[in-house]
Amino acid sequence: MAVATQDSAVRTGRATRFVLYTVLLVFALFYLLPLFIMLVNSVKPLGEITGGSMIALPQTWTFEPWAKAWSEAQVGVEATGLRPYFWNSIRMVVPAVLISTILGALNGYVLTKWTFRGATVLFGLMLFSCFIPFQIVLIPMARVLGEIGLAGTTTGLVLVHVVYGIGFSTLYFRNYYAAFPTELVRAAQIDGAGFFQIFWRIMLPSSGPIIVVCVIWQFTNIWNDFLFGASFASGSAAPMTVALNNLVQSSTGVKEYNVHFAGAIMAALPTLLVYIVAGRYFVRGLMAGSVKG
Amino acid sequence: MGFLDINNATKSYGSVQVLHEVDIEVEEGEFLVLVGPSGCGKSTLLNMIAGLEEISSGEIAIKGQVMNGVHPSKRNIAMVFQSYALYPNMTVGKNITFGLEMHGVEKSTRDAALGDVAKLLQIEQLLDRKPGQLSGGQRQRVAMGRALVRDPDVFLFDEPLSNLDAKLRVDMRTEIKKLHQKLGTTIVYVTHDQIEALTLSTRIAVMNGGYVQQLGTPKEIYDTPSNLFVASFMGSPSMNLIPVTVRVEGNAVYADTTTGDGSPAALAFAAPSEVLKSYDGKTITLGIRPEAITDPEGADRNSTHIQSVETMVEVTEPAGSDTFVTCTLGGQECIARMRADADVQPGQKMPFTINMEKAVPFDPETENRIA
Ligand SMILES: Nc1ncnc2c1ncn2[C@@H]1O[C@H](COP(=O)(O)OP(=O)(O)OP(=O)(O)O)[C@@H](O)[C@H]1O
Ligand SMILES: [Mg+2]
Repeated sequence: MAVATQDSAVRTGRATRFVLYTVLLVFALFYLLPLFIMLVNSVKPLGEITGGSMIALPQTWTFEPWAKAWSEAQVGVEATGLRPYFWNSIRMVVPAVLISTILGALNGYVLTKWTFRGATVLFGLMLFSCFIPFQIVLIPMARVLGEIGLAGTTTGLVLVHVVYGIGFSTLYFRNYYAAFPTELVRAAQIDGAGFFQIFWRIMLPSSGPIIVVCVIWQFTNIWNDFLFGASFASGSAAPMTVALNNLVQSSTGVKEYNVHFAGAIMAALPTLLVYIVAGRYFVRGLMAGSVKG
Repeated sequence: MGFLDINNATKSYGSVQVLHEVDIEVEEGEFLVLVGPSGCGKSTLLNMIAGLEEISSGEIAIKGQVMNGVHPSKRNIAMVFQSYALYPNMTVGKNITFGLEMHGVEKSTRDAALGDVAKLLQIEQLLDRKPGQLSGGQRQRVAMGRALVRDPDVFLFDEPLSNLDAKLRVDMRTEIKKLHQKLGTTIVYVTHDQIEALTLSTRIAVMNGGYVQQLGTPKEIYDTPSNLFVASFMGSPSMNLIPVTVRVEGNAVYADTTTGDGSPAALAFAAPSEVLKSYDGKTITLGIRPEAITDPEGADRNSTHIQSVETMVEVTEPAGSDTFVTCTLGGQECIARMRADADVQPGQKMPFTINMEKAVPFDPETENRIA
């Protein structure tokens, strides 16, 4: 009896699996199609795109569009390519992610392990900041940036993203640390560790999974942001997203689709990279955290 | 003045008072156990000694120095937590020496101290492991090592054995006791397990509802509980509490009660006090430990006040080393602890001998012992 049921269980399993994998494969292909088109067209001469099919593989392979998008295309006033704007984005995203993550971790630590009167209310207010639409803060933010002399600079953009990111990073770390045993903090206090020593030596080393989650979230949001970039840092301080838009929208001359495709891939690469590198740790971290041991 | 002085210490959270004027003096080398049901304030009191909770009023002093407001790390205490609280990211060795490092002790001294403690607790082969790779008993040992290495004035334990399985708990209990005898350190130990309290302590503070109900040696607590709460909380199975009527006849005082079938029985008190005599004619509660009720052969030969009552055996529960026998006295179920080989059968009528030297009278109104 047991053997029979096992047999049929395997058989139905096989059938279901076949259907499942087919469906998944179709979906995967569907989602990969745009990427495929972008990749293929970014390595074709322009003539092949305008004269032929978008889906066809290139007849002549060329990396000319990539080189052009990176260093020659007309983006702003000068023909600099996307390169300076890419570095603008890096200069914006790295400090913004680091600062907002560290501040979020500190906030979470204080809100759970050094609670004070009104801590819950304060946390509620910080959470509230996650739900304020970007558009509402544009004008006040522009004013503040102007007042402190950071209007139109990358530093100003870093500040904006840090302020906006703290709400989320605090939420992540507070919830993570709420489940972190308070007895550990007490033990460390008795051992003579101070506020920051406990943070660096006990809390942070155990925060791997949530740091990865927070970094992925902040990185993608800040890198992909267009509104703040367009509003507060136009011109030579513009981030990649704004520059890409300028490249595609530029009205002079012919539309060089192959260059546009190459530029778009460049703008998407860093977030892809973060997912590929950190995503594994992300899943692994969550699994390790969920099994007590 | 004691080594550790708790002077009228109270604790309130807002308007809720969770500890009422606790007054305990602990001598050097004593093993004080705080025992009581869940929520009675044991951990709170321990945390106040540790400095993890503020003292609302009163004071706590260690070695004559008032500790109110002193940071936990400056009190020269060490604490073992219920969850062990081992730092998950550090190796066992690091866990043990972290406190020394934080106190600015040099590496060579730290390593020497680590070696000594590891040897004492037999955890030398575990020093490079992470806490996640240890068994419950091993974690327990590491947690104790972390406390021992600091060579503190007072050790604080908060239910350190409650996460272990039954067998290991008994083993570790013995080990803690050995350690205390060997090192002679001062220990304050919290538990809700009355057996742990009785076996480990040199003195016990029984707590309930934020009050210390009784403070005394295990023998005092067990033999002369000061009220009905202590009587029923300490001991397993707990003390039999039988309603009896006091009858004074000259110098002798009797407790009148009934047996299972309702026929009267009289038990003479061993050494009746004057106070007890004043209860003449009143109903009081008589507390008798299960082991003070036996079959005639098992009666304590040293006792001069053995009373015999003929009643029916209702249930027998063989428990290996003893047999627990249930009968009825004064309309209440009563448990007697007899030898394993005592010849008793349910339904049989037999004489139960009661050692009146061990009987404790209580006032049912105030619930206090009648001294
Ligand atoms: N932060 C707090 N605010 C208000 N009341 C509290 C707080 N902490 C503890 N209490 C109350 O103080 C009382 C004593 O708590 P405590 O933790 O000392 O109990 P305990 O004797 O250790 O119990 P257990 O055996 O369950 O550990 C409890 O009634 C608890 O509800
Ligand atoms: Mg407790």
